[in-house]
Amino acid sequence: MDDSPDHRSKLVAQGLTIGYGHGAVQRDLSFAVKPGSIFAIMGASGGGKSTVLKALIGLLQPSAGTVWVNGQDYWAGSEQHRAELGRQFGVLFQSGALWSSMSVAENVALPLRMFTQLDDASIDALVRLKLALVDLHGAGALMPAELSGGMRKRAGLARALSLDPDLLFLDEPSAGLDPVAAAHLDNLILELRDDLNATVVMVSHELPSLFAICDDGVFLDAETKTAIAHGSPKWLRDNCTNPTVHRFMNRDGSRLRDEPKGVQHVTS
Amino acid sequence: MPAQNLSLPQPLAVLREPGWTARDQGSELVIVLTGDWIARHTRAQSIEAEQLPQNKSLRTLSFDATQLGQWDSALIVFLWKVQAEAAKLGAGLDQSGLPPPARRLLALAPDDVAPQEIPATHEGLTSWVGDRVIAGWSAFLEVITLIGETILRAVPALTGRGGLRLPDVLECAWDAGIAALPIVTVVNVLVGGILAFAGAVELRRFGAGIYVANLVGIAVVREMAAVMTAIIMSGRTSGAYAAQIATMQVNEEIDALHVVGIPVYDYLILPRIAALTCMMPILYLYGCAVGILGGLVAAVATLGLGPVIFFEQTRSAVNDHQFQFGLFKSVVFGAVIAIVGCWVGLRSGRSASDVGRAATTAVVVSIVSVIAIDAVFAVCANALGI
Repeated sequence: MDDSPDHRSKLVAQGLTIGYGHGAVQRDLSFAVKPGSIFAIMGASGGGKSTVLKALIGLLQPSAGTVWVNGQDYWAGSEQHRAELGRQFGVLFQSGALWSSMSVAENVALPLRMFTQLDDASIDALVRLKLALVDLHGAGALMPAELSGGMRKRAGLARALSLDPDLLFLDEPSAGLDPVAAAHLDNLILELRDDLNATVVMVSHELPSLFAICDDGVFLDAETKTAIAHGSPKWLRDNCTNPTVHRFMNRDGSRLRDEPKGVQHVTS
Repeated sequence: MPAQNLSLPQPLAVLREPGWTARDQGSELVIVLTGDWIARHTRAQSIEAEQLPQNKSLRTLSFDATQLGQWDSALIVFLWKVQAEAAKLGAGLDQSGLPPPARRLLALAPDDVAPQEIPATHEGLTSWVGDRVIAGWSAFLEVITLIGETILRAVPALTGRGGLRLPDVLECAWDAGIAALPIVTVVNVLVGGILAFAGAVELRRFGAGIYVANLVGIAVVREMAAVMTAIIMSGRTSGAYAAQIATMQVNEEIDALHVVGIPVYDYLILPRIAALTCMMPILYLYGCAVGILGGLVAAVATLGLGPVIFFEQTRSAVNDHQFQFGLFKSVVFGAVIAIVGCWVGLRSGRSASDVGRAATTAVVVSIVSVIAIDAVFAVCANALGI
């Protein structure tokens, strides 16, 4: 454990490289997530945010570097060790990724049945509690196909919460939601962080959500293929001088053009 | 070093057994919570809210969490049950002794602990039969509509601009034709061989071994090559068509076609039906050839017949009518298999399990249709004296 970069961090990416050579999605990426923080992985579309998330949750083995979870090297151990560490993760996938052959309640109950020794009545109560947490009380009997996009996200979140994870990974939690539903989800994430004492890592490019709830983060650049800024979204918006970050954080949609030579701009 | 100072994951820290005791204080009952309440490591009975001490003067239930260690939802579920018990006893719940996050989580939990009763719907026999009849009738109408639309669209699609795309047809034809050759070969060679083996045993007893060639030739050309190839294509191509189109349904690709105004028939259905209907007769002829070859190998091996004699005997046994009959059947089978695959795909639902169900349904319906149509052909051929 002594070569761990930081014992106090909940999750550390150390020199993470995903992919090989010119096909690398990200290179030499390092960041640390403090316990109890809501950490944002930011960047433009196609910058490899979701791929980095896959490496963090163990779906994709990095070609170099590693991930430290609670001071333990995630990729160094056996598969069993990784599964053990992975049980502390709750993951909300972009589309919810509910198992379509099971009802919402069964989706939430399955991890509990697999990994706890609770009896059916307690599992049932826990499932209804989790569904109530995400405002889906009474929707347990519905099938995923019967849910709206927002409900599917929340049901996915309830499933991610089923084992009371220490680390909650959210892939674009508010993408595709209306502003009210997105704000509601933001509040929910804050409440869950405070009440369940979880650490949240979220991939997002929804600026309102980023500014509202994230207190730390990393900005991935699609061109240089590595992190170009670290800090909370608000701080990056107000202080970062990197043009890419500045444009992203300030929603600047003007095209970057080379100024034509010999033409003078007259400003009045 | 105390456990909470290490940033070790929870399962590795030493956990104390969760538990609770009730301290009766006249009108107040204090529930003392002890140990670590972690759902992943707690045994089920530990969080059962058992019968609380009966006390008629009980007014309030309160909590003492001073000995409470780590906790998660396991505690909340217990508190939830206690809340319900308190309501039953008519006592109030004083939550001030609980950690503030636990109070906030408890507030989010719904009031009723009992699972919601889902009203069971009882379907009577009449409505069951009625539903099935209506579903069967609408499925029949769908198939008729699909066939009608396909025929109506075929002419403009073949002649009009932007309709049927030749690359699509060629791709489907490759999939349904050349890619299917290996399995068509294996199955038809074996079927021809099996027929020859089975026939040879009986015919040799009568000294009529040479008629194995008649048996194999007629059986393969009239029935086996067409039916076996159709069954292979049902399993292979019909299921694939259904799964492809059902997946497009899931991805809203079909909706996108509708919105843009591109007829689904031109773009999706016709190329598939055209490809399979054209490929099936070719596969049938190929199946006949390799089936007879299989019979020849078996006859040479078991009866010692010469290949030339076998071929001559086969040629005299099989006439043009039988070839035309088999060829016609294979065209019909090809169209039916493609239509069934496309139709099942188009009416599929929009989930992952619906895609699987569509593939299975397409295969089953295609095989049953092929056999049923073959039976009809057999009756017709008998009546016509072919």
